[in-house]
Amino acid sequence: MSRWEGLQDLMRNWSAAAGMAIIAAILVVALAGPLLTPHDPLVPAPLDRLQGPSSAHPFGTDSLGRDILSRVIGGARISILIGVISVTISLLPGTLLGLLAGYFGRWIDSLIMRCMDMLLAFPAILLAIFITAVLEPNLTNTMIAVGIVYIPHYARIVRASVLSLKQQLFVQAVGHLGGSHTRILWRHVLPNCIPPIIVYATLGMGTAVLQAAALGFLGLGAQPPSPEWGAMLSEGRQYIQIAPHVAAFPGAAILLLVLGFNLFGDGLRDVLDPSLRSQ
Amino acid sequence: MTEALLRAEDLVMHYPTKAGGRPGRRGTAVKAVDGVSLAVQPGEVFGLVGESGCGKSTLGRLLLRIEAPTAGRVFFEGQDLGGFDRGRLKRFRRQAQIIYQDPYSALNPRQRVGRIIAEPLEIHGIGTATERQQRVAELLQVVGLRPGQAVRYPHEFSGGQRQRIVIARALALNPRLILADEPVSALDVSIQAQVINLLEELKGRFGLTYIFISHDLSVVEHISDRVAVMYLGRLVELAEREVFYQRPLHPYAQALLSAAPVPDPDAPRQRQILKGDVPSPINPPSGCTFHPRCPHQMPVCVEERPGLRELAPGHWVACHLY
Repeated sequence: MSRWEGLQDLMRNWSAAAGMAIIAAILVVALAGPLLTPHDPLVPAPLDRLQGPSSAHPFGTDSLGRDILSRVIGGARISILIGVISVTISLLPGTLLGLLAGYFGRWIDSLIMRCMDMLLAFPAILLAIFITAVLEPNLTNTMIAVGIVYIPHYARIVRASVLSLKQQLFVQAVGHLGGSHTRILWRHVLPNCIPPIIVYATLGMGTAVLQAAALGFLGLGAQPPSPEWGAMLSEGRQYIQIAPHVAAFPGAAILLLVLGFNLFGDGLRDVLDPSLRSQ
Repeated sequence: MTEALLRAEDLVMHYPTKAGGRPGRRGTAVKAVDGVSLAVQPGEVFGLVGESGCGKSTLGRLLLRIEAPTAGRVFFEGQDLGGFDRGRLKRFRRQAQIIYQDPYSALNPRQRVGRIIAEPLEIHGIGTATERQQRVAELLQVVGLRPGQAVRYPHEFSGGQRQRIVIARALALNPRLILADEPVSALDVSIQAQVINLLEELKGRFGLTYIFISHDLSVVEHISDRVAVMYLGRLVELAEREVFYQRPLHPYAQALLSAAPVPDPDAPRQRQILKGDVPSPINPPSGCTFHPRCPHQMPVCVEERPGLRELAPGHWVACHLY
């Protein structure tokens, strides 16, 4: 079976295919953003404030009269970027720390996991606020903050998998053949840790977008007039009774993106685990 | 006698247990292997039998230095494994391979079979990628699988086929010694015979030496040249196969053999039913550890641990009766 057939397997899994379609659609919108927006997402039009959906503004306008469709399209780029970058920031060090802690155990484990416990002891949003406040409130630092906050989650998940994997015969057998720790970790332990990481990372993308939005709401994330979905959602909350569409459309966009990542992650997990594959 | 391929001297393996909380109880240990000496000759099949928990597998792991013993030494071709640095230990791994009891968990579920079998070659830097592929194809044929099956995943194979894959991986480096730790216990009886025959065939073909661990006396009788019986971490009897099966001397070995099923329903049988359970290896009985269950118990058995003595050429027994 080649890599190409692996991709075919992925497409045959409806969940992965649906997730991939949603992500691909949002990606296309994000990449083609400026070509698709009917209005400038950043220029206010005070006369058109809080209009409902119409042919001129399919998603309506917000409190400053900006076209919500254009802002949702513009925000796609930001949200995908937030999701991918903050998850990467938590996933890479988290996985590495979890691998080392679980595999080598003893004092390395204690040292790493106690540090992780310290990070976990803070409420996530408080820690993120602290980090952005120290760094400087902007989008980049929001992503870094959200990334750091979730490092312990990945470390714990990976450590737990490693602890059970290192007892498995096939992992020990590599050592019996004379294989090095590096080989055992990279070739045998890490690949078998991937399914839980993927599932958690896809969920994490959504969480990251929401966390970034919360920071934006507090004035520590994406700064106005940037059309970040979470920030738009928070902003729309003020008008939820007189103009629900202001919050509804960015909310729906977040829902769709998170749904896409979740479906894709689940499908990918099934395909990656050959023993779960239906024959 | 020629020089032994593998020789063990007074191997001891104690696993410390958690201290019971009381100060006086500290320092208890599971005595998994408690003073075992043996020598495995090149080209022989050395059978190691005993009931579960008697330390067979631990002894196997010590012999191949998967674990370092608490005390005692193991010599491979006259060289002390304990003195090996990492490089020499890695070279030793090329000579000594393991076949595991459970072929379901011995193979990485995420790797294709070809990759699994090529792994020992990769680890020891043997051949180019193409040469390794050829070697994998050859090995698959040697163990009775098709070279085309190299692209499959382990879960696509049956237990017996998986054990063949494990065997192919063990053969990849042309080892001299193979530790077969209950290699057929996890398989169906019909498959057991096939795998045993394969092991015998491979032994002749590649001049292998086996340490064959099993609790199945009939399998051991079929394949072994010599048989050693283990009880609570100690060897109690060691003899040539024919001698052992016709005239076992140690009361424990006699009881074991009398418990083994015989294919002839009319054969006269004298079952010796042992009293009680195997005592805890944390706190084994004094003297001869078998004395609480032994039908021939004498006062000396409680006092003094019997040493392994050679009663007839090649027939060693640890019992005060003789």
